Amino acid sequence: MTEMTGYLRPDGKVGVRNHVLVLATVSCVNGVIQRISREVPEAVCVPHAFGCGRGGPRDLQILFRILSGMVYHPNVGAVVLIGLGCEVSNTKNLSPLIKDCGKPLEILNVQECGSLKTAQKGAEAAHRLLTAVKTQPRVPISWDQLLVAMECGGSDAMSGVTANPAMGAVSDWIVEKGGTVIFGENTEMIGTDHVLARRAKDEQVAERIVQMVNRADKLAHDIMGNMAGLVISPGNMDGGMSTIAEKSMGCIFKGGSTTINQVVDYGDPPTERGLILQDGPGYDGDSMAGLAASGAQVMFFSTGRGTPAGFPILPVIKVASNSRIYETMKDDMDVNAGTLGEGKSREEIREEMIDLLTRVVNGQKTKAEVNGMDVFTFMTVHPPF
Amino acid sequence: MNDNVLMIHSRDNVAVALRNLAPGEEAKGKGVAGFKVFNEIPASHKIALRDLGPGEEIVKYGEVVAVTTREIKRGEWVHTHNLESKRWKK
Repeated sequence: MTEMTGYLRPDGKVGVRNHVLVLATVSCVNGVIQRISREVPEAVCVPHAFGCGRGGPRDLQILFRILSGMVYHPNVGAVVLIGLGCEVSNTKNLSPLIKDCGKPLEILNVQECGSLKTAQKGAEAAHRLLTAVKTQPRVPISWDQLLVAMECGGSDAMSGVTANPAMGAVSDWIVEKGGTVIFGENTEMIGTDHVLARRAKDEQVAERIVQMVNRADKLAHDIMGNMAGLVISPGNMDGGMSTIAEKSMGCIFKGGSTTINQVVDYGDPPTERGLILQDGPGYDGDSMAGLAASGAQVMFFSTGRGTPAGFPILPVIKVASNSRIYETMKDDMDVNAGTLGEGKSREEIREEMIDLLTRVVNGQKTKAEVNGMDVFTFMTVHPPF
Repeated sequence: MNDNVLMIHSRDNVAVALRNLAPGEEAKGKGVAGFKVFNEIPASHKIALRDLGPGEEIVKYGEVVAVTTREIKRGEWVHTHNLESKRWKK
């Protein structure tokens, strides 16, 4: 097996990338982030739609957890934080949460010098930090230092037949090597809570699983009313799925079949190893941010209809569920799981995926990284006011 | 290369059609052989790997995903017309 390397962080975690992150604290400064991005294309610039206008305790918790999670993320070597001044998640409010991140951190506020000067100073800081992080060497790392996320989106009828079982085989392999695997999407667990609970490490984890799935089920009914049945839609049925349990099995199978050691809240880092569930939403964009904030360094993402979505600071490995979409979207897809059933065994495709994962950990860019298909959005409970 | 069905888990009693299947053709996949397709089965739909009695559990992914509502023959199409959810009855 090829040796793996990564970047050792002061908190003991390891990164598989050494990004300079230029992060907005609020949507009002997105133009500044975009200017910096044009000046310093090598920096990972993240504008977004959040940071103010929401006030409930749960939304505040998520906002601060995701933004600080981005700063703390082990794939990030240095940070330029661009604030406005009067927003909810302003740099003053964020500071106590990120001051111990142990990495170079430069903070600028638009209300102190205007947008153009902030962009100029931000670009200079990003250049400076890029030079600084390039001197940091890669060191040998092992599987037990990796948290690998499993995600699915833009699924088709074959996602649960080829791509997710292939990812499940990878999940089992990683767990056996001492690594950690995490997946979320609680809406896509509806109907399989008993299966997941049976695999829980203990009573408490089992109870937490049932609670999480029941809440997702109730939420679907509260929001969609009589349409909640569309969680399994006519389209799903046309694709051959007959029950919600069958559909959800196809989804949870991407996490493999090992013991579930912990359920973490949306964006919370796990404290256990092995297989972890995240209590997060089914929408893939929101889910990715939660998994990243939990500290996942790399992600597998299955798709059958075909989505190019990646995530700013994570290498996202795209797994096509069928050969047609693999060919159609070849520039976006990293693995063709459609070859399963076209002569390739699950063991062969698992080996291929682990080999690719190893190379991606060691620095090989995924298609989404090469193409810059970054998506950054996260869950909110209430609408803005 | 000539597989036309895929069995996901070794405990399963159904497999998934990899393309549209016609009655009379041989069902072939890893761990699947020796019987013919009974009726038309659309791609990505389920095919019974053995005879199933009424009320019998349908196992896919190694887990119970539904129960049959009537007898299903080996090679037959398995879908909403001959099964129901175990927890949410029709």
